[in-house]
Amino acid sequence: MKHLLSVEDFADRAGIEAMLDLTGHFVAVSQRDIRKVPALRGKTVVSLFYEDSTRTRLSFETAAKRLSADVMTFSVSSSSVNKGESLLDTVQTIEAMGVDAIVVRHSAAGAAARVASWSGASVVNAGDGRHEHPTQALLDAYTLRSHRGPSLDGCRVAIVGDVRNSRVARSDVRMFHALGCEITLVGPPTMMPERLDGWPVTVDYDLDDVCGEVDVLYMLRIQRERIDQALFPSVREYASRWGLTAARMARCKPDTLVMHPGPMNRGVEIAAEVADSARSLVTEQVANGVAVRMAVLWTLLGSGGPIV
Amino acid sequence: MSEVLLSGGRVVDPNGERAADVRVLDGVVAEVGERLAPGAGALVLDASGAIVTPGLVDLQVHFREPGREDAEDVESGARAAALGGCTAVVCMPNTEPPLDDAAVVEAVLERGRRSACDVRAAGCITKGRAGRELAPLGELYDLGVRIFTDDGDCVADANVMRRAFEYAAALPGAVLAQHAEDPALVRGGHMNEGEWSARLGIPGRPVEAESTIVARDLALARLTGGRYHVLHMSAAQSAHLVREAKAQGVRVTAECTPQHLVLTDEACATFDPVFKMNPPLRSRADVDGMRAALVDGTIDAIATDHAPHPPEAKEQPFEEAPPGMLGVETALAVVWTTLVEPGVVTPERAFAALSWAPARIAGLDADGHGVPIEPGRPANLCVFDPSHTWVVESHALASKSRNSPWEGWTLTGRVRHTILHGRPTVRDGALA
Repeated sequence: MKHLLSVEDFADRAGIEAMLDLTGHFVAVSQRDIRKVPALRGKTVVSLFYEDSTRTRLSFETAAKRLSADVMTFSVSSSSVNKGESLLDTVQTIEAMGVDAIVVRHSAAGAAARVASWSGASVVNAGDGRHEHPTQALLDAYTLRSHRGPSLDGCRVAIVGDVRNSRVARSDVRMFHALGCEITLVGPPTMMPERLDGWPVTVDYDLDDVCGEVDVLYMLRIQRERIDQALFPSVREYASRWGLTAARMARCKPDTLVMHPGPMNRGVEIAAEVADSARSLVTEQVANGVAVRMAVLWTLLGSGGPIV
Repeated sequence: MSEVLLSGGRVVDPNGERAADVRVLDGVVAEVGERLAPGAGALVLDASGAIVTPGLVDLQVHFREPGREDAEDVESGARAAALGGCTAVVCMPNTEPPLDDAAVVEAVLERGRRSACDVRAAGCITKGRAGRELAPLGELYDLGVRIFTDDGDCVADANVMRRAFEYAAALPGAVLAQHAEDPALVRGGHMNEGEWSARLGIPGRPVEAESTIVARDLALARLTGGRYHVLHMSAAQSAHLVREAKAQGVRVTAECTPQHLVLTDEACATFDPVFKMNPPLRSRADVDGMRAALVDGTIDAIATDHAPHPPEAKEQPFEEAPPGMLGVETALAVVWTTLVEPGVVTPERAFAALSWAPARIAGLDADGHGVPIEPGRPANLCVFDPSHTWVVESHALASKSRNSPWEGWTLTGRVRHTILHGRPTVRDGALA
């Protein structure tokens, strides 16, 4: 594997499961007293973030440092991008300094794929527009597997919210499907994919129909700007029809789990008491993010030797 | 007296097909017949194994002058067009400044007079292409402008479009050409809305953005009796509306680009913006609909929407790159390879759509383009070798830009000679 641009870069289920197993090793590393291994000593990882992101960026940088890689941070607000430099020129500049991996976050779909086409370095997609966020999907799968695994065959997952505009949803649908889950998309019709050809999902507009049936409720972040695009009328109406309220949670099966990619809008797509409940995996998702990204960087850049 | 003899070819023109040599004297076809002997000092051009046809006419090119001469200019664009077999082109008015002013139009026409093609300009429908006040249609008409359009943008205001139809009725031969995409329905969109946009997470531009504008404009053309032309039609449902309107006697014509007849939105899965244009590449069903419409005459013309962009503009993420593709130099070979050779359309239908139909739409037949090859007619001709195979290499094209969606394609058929007013602009596949 040279790049990780999409969940589809994994040839098959076994490839994904191997990455999740490897993640387990790095979770163990993260629990040691000294949470650092020399695996990527001498390698350089650049984080190239064209969108604000605290958790994903910190997670990648922490992962690289725990693998002993050198980390360079390219932050758009303080960079020559503000002087009009193109993405291509920026990539070539970074490349000229000698880097082994570029972690890209960009607001346009396919940006990471473009960078990969221009660069000799390995490229990790840390979110490209509405397209994909494959390491999020890996950490979601790892987190879910640690509760319901090792096999997720037949696990019923509802992804709730603005699927149409969500890279997390596109990656998670591919990931959960590859691992054998049954997926239902829930939300207002304006937030469902325009076309469902090739989507291994069912769609339901009524969260109350779905919430009692599923094993996992994966809540997506709702952006208030979508009101201006006529996708929904108001936050209040959204929260009442598609928000995971305490009352709805009470109607779920007792072991139904709740996930969210963060950052959460408490009181909109998820009630505070649900987010903070024992059935919420939100903090665990964040914690596993570092190990997943260690596994990805080690796979792309490692020599194949032991992790140590 | 200057003589050019096209020797050994088959003539294909509005009168049909026959084996014939063509003698051109002082820019005019003098004789069409078998085994003509060259006169003293004649330039004999080999047409054996080739098709001799009226020069191609491209109704929609963006030669970027004035304003973006780094991407293309009239001279480089006309050279590329001549290599593609064109003797006349119509430049779109979305330049910087736009062609909404007689002085700017005259400057473009003047540049065209020294180029490898007869260059015509389309004029704006509205001032500044802003969609509100009418551009000086009459002043532009007096300079020879016959096609009016705000291409690049749609005239979204129905009342402005209605008044433009009414006003243009005073200008015989004028036609309103629409970039039919409702701006509200395509806002934020970068590719065809459908299966692929949903998968790729690239916001879409639905076919309904086109068909609703086409339906509205056809109603306005009915109301006003105005002449209407659909630029780069891309959706099967638009073709259906045009077909119906034609049957009812509405004065409507339509064109389609080679890319909309061949490529689908699946190409966008590469995330390479070379496949980005407006209207976007559509689904296979729409491509099939365009082909059917070309076969049955609903689509009158094939135009390229030749839209050069400098490399740096296309070396961006898909959503950030500008729309548009090169086309003038490859159009005929693409049509031949993908539509004529597989038997989708006849050679006659292909040449009609690439030459005499667009010439009539733009009034260029009056200037001797797309007219039958017969004595007394101006000699604007294309000699096309249908068996020459070649590989498209963007860097080898005559355009200043490189954004060809056909890069790496092996095409069958290439222009051997192009004759403009009796003089070769292209000879043996190279600029004369």
